[in-house]
Amino acid sequence: MKAAVIVFPGLNRDRDMIAALTKIGGSKPAIVWHQDADIPDADLIVIPGGFSYGDYLRCGAIAARSPIMDKLRERAAQGVKVLGVCNGFQILIEAGLLPGALMRNMSLKFVCREVKLEVVNADTDFTRGYAKGQIIRCPVAHHDGNYFADAETLKRIEGEGRVAFRYAEGTNPNGSINDIAGIFNENKNVLGLMPHPENLIEAAHGGEDGRALFAAALQQVA
Amino acid sequence: MKARVIVTLKNGVLDPQGQAIEGSLASLSFGGVSNVRQGKVFDFEIEGTDEQAARSQIKAMCEKLLANTVIENFAIEISH
Repeated sequence: MKAAVIVFPGLNRDRDMIAALTKIGGSKPAIVWHQDADIPDADLIVIPGGFSYGDYLRCGAIAARSPIMDKLRERAAQGVKVLGVCNGFQILIEAGLLPGALMRNMSLKFVCREVKLEVVNADTDFTRGYAKGQIIRCPVAHHDGNYFADAETLKRIEGEGRVAFRYAEGTNPNGSINDIAGIFNENKNVLGLMPHPENLIEAAHGGEDGRALFAAALQQVA
Repeated sequence: MKARVIVTLKNGVLDPQGQAIEGSLASLSFGGVSNVRQGKVFDFEIEGTDEQAARSQIKAMCEKLLANTVIENFAIEISH
């Protein structure tokens, strides 16, 4: 199973993501700089977190219009798995690969803490390592993670099983509508989430709750 | 031509920054202020003399980059 990580100027969680993919996948992912002409052959393409282009204009807005994103869009349409974490989620939303918008946290504060997540849909290539309804721990670190979608879009993504994770046990850190922490595209091969599962994958992190997501995403498709 | 694009949040989209500003205005004793909404202004120059052509180009710019039409509206002003 091959993985690739796309890096934009201003990201700062790429190192953690590469370490997690290497540790769980057994080999180092390909690193793709945003100016590269193409993305190497990969079964999982990841956009990590950080502050691409200094969050200018809107979080993820500039990165989402990079030429490399057209390549990503092609791969996603072919069914390649795409994962966006934190700023990566914001970039996927700005690129139109996922619906809705991520707005300033309702508290207006940057939140950096651990939250609880409920696994809402465990029947996907990303989440099959969890059980439906399972509560997992996960760190968050963001200023603009307040998920918003209009009523019609919300009804659609809820109805189609496209909510991957919900903030649980009153830990919603940002005011997201319906406590949404992560969503899928229509075909469930694109996942975006604000929390950082790559930061809870080994005992030294204080837990391994994030590990199953990468183990599933990196698993060979039968 | 000089162009100005004003991007504002759509009605019904919560604006915590606007609310914080409204609270701050109240604490400065500016009374009677409500429904504060924060937006963005872009000023730029655009080549050509055909205002209609410029307007349609700027509209495309707004839809593709300057505004997030999921949550934002935009207005275009052009002056010579």
